[in-house]
Amino acid sequence: MEYNVQMTVNGKAVSGKVEARTLLVQFIREHLRLTGTHVGCDTTQCGCCVIHVDGVAMKSCTMLALQADGKSILTIEGLAAADGALHPMQQAFRDHHGLQCGFCTPGMVMMGVDIARRLPGADEKTVRHQLEGNICRCTGYQGIVEAIMDASAKMHAAKA
Amino acid sequence: MHNFNYHHAADIADAALKLKVTVEPKLLAGGMTLLPTLKNRLAQPSDLIDLAKIDGLKGISVEGKEVVVKAMTTHAVVAASTDVRKAIPALADLADGIGDPAVRHRGTIGGSVANSDPAADYPAGVLGLDAVVETNERKINADDFFTGLFETALKPGEIITAVRFKIPDRAHYMKFRHPASGYAVVGVMVAQYGAKVRVAVTGAGPNAFRVRAMEDALEKSFAPASVANIKIPAGDLLGDIHCSAEYRAHLVNVYARRCVEALVK
Ligand SMILES: Cc1cc2nc3c(=O)[nH]c(=O)nc-3n(C[C@H](O)[C@H](O)[C@H](O)COP(=O)(O)OP(=O)(O)OC[C@H]3O[C@@H](n4cnc5c(N)ncnc54)[C@H](O)[C@@H]3O)c2cc1C
Ligand code: FES
Ligand code: FES
Repeated sequence: MEYNVQMTVNGKAVSGKVEARTLLVQFIREHLRLTGTHVGCDTTQCGCCVIHVDGVAMKSCTMLALQADGKSILTIEGLAAADGALHPMQQAFRDHHGLQCGFCTPGMVMMGVDIARRLPGADEKTVRHQLEGNICRCTGYQGIVEAIMDASAKMHAAKA
Repeated sequence: MHNFNYHHAADIADAALKLKVTVEPKLLAGGMTLLPTLKNRLAQPSDLIDLAKIDGLKGISVEGKEVVVKAMTTHAVVAASTDVRKAIPALADLADGIGDPAVRHRGTIGGSVANSDPAADYPAGVLGLDAVVETNERKINADDFFTGLFETALKPGEIITAVRFKIPDRAHYMKFRHPASGYAVVGVMVAQYGAKVRVAVTGAGPNAFRVRAMEDALEKSFAPASVANIKIPAGDLLGDIHCSAEYRAHLVNVYARRCVEALVK
């Protein structure tokens, strides 16, 4: 049996037909062809698939597409400004060398934005703890942590 | 993943009805346990009944000497609740230590308690804080709730609606965190209610349990030394690739002592 699903993805209304077992990440990658969201483990461990659902970071490999019905989704493709200017978190990853191969990066950036939202001014220890569900094989995390702290400070300064 | 039918329940009565009329149904809460189980094909339900759209199953309230957490409240919401932080900081800390932020944004107290995973954190909170598990049919005391490995007193078709925690004079929760998953290799909750003390352990046995010998000793004298020499028999505990039953028995002792240390500091 197929089900109709509708949601807003990066500001655009989308809809499609899915099986009940279709994962949200499959819907995003295979139906919508937004392949910025990665699948690193498929077992809820690595965080490569992190997206925002109604503004909150979640692992899209462990949600059914149907669980996102009616929700507003933000993926890495929707983060930059319409004119192409990078989001402060993306810019900070670039400035601080927060990526090497880039596989974990979409999830890291989306989780970074979520950390900045929830814990303004988080210190290094807090940021490291908050990254418990995001795994990077390359960088050793140093640049990632620096990027998140830097962007978080800039995002809050811009708001104030 | 095998396929299944998917339903939204409009309210608790609707969920109960759908549980009755489908062949082999399962409730879906946050999906942080159920979806990984389905991916591994360890279960094959015919129908998933999603509780997410039932507004009445979400939220936290303080009612007299109790904190009531409705079943679909996520770990993140419990961790961030100023009411919980004020009334039972140990419970906020427990919720904040579950998995990682993305898991806490979806996983719910109802799903965690219903699952009775031997390594889950909430069972130590439910048992240590003398909670009552409320379902659509009855109220179940924590002492009667966890009955075995992934087994509870819940009957087929029964739905957890809320967990009612008794506010202690003081309480502390600590776990030896599995470095990869975050689950409790061993977790201990120590809570004091006047002259009474409860010591609840998760991670170590097939299901969460109380350590009466430690409770008695702490009721006589609430000090780290009271529990330091109380050994837990390893015979009934879990040994697996992570560590032996003897090591877990040792950890129970260490973490109980550290909880008391934190409380008397
Ligand atoms: C990477 C990862 C790390 C984790 N780390 C930890 C950790 O450190 N500590 C920890 O405690 N847990 C951990 N978990 C588990 C997590 O806390 C789950 O959220 C929780 O165990 C299940 O809650 P859920 O809402 O996701 O339930 P689901 O997965 O939706 O459901 C679990 C089970 O409960 C049943 N159920 C759900 N709601 C109800 C209800 N209201 N009434 C009756 N039955 C119900 C379902 O039918 C199912 O059988 C982790 C999970 C992951 C994926
Ligand atoms: S792909 Fe989702 S957590 Fe790894
Ligand atoms: S940059 Fe390669 S996995 Fe993180």
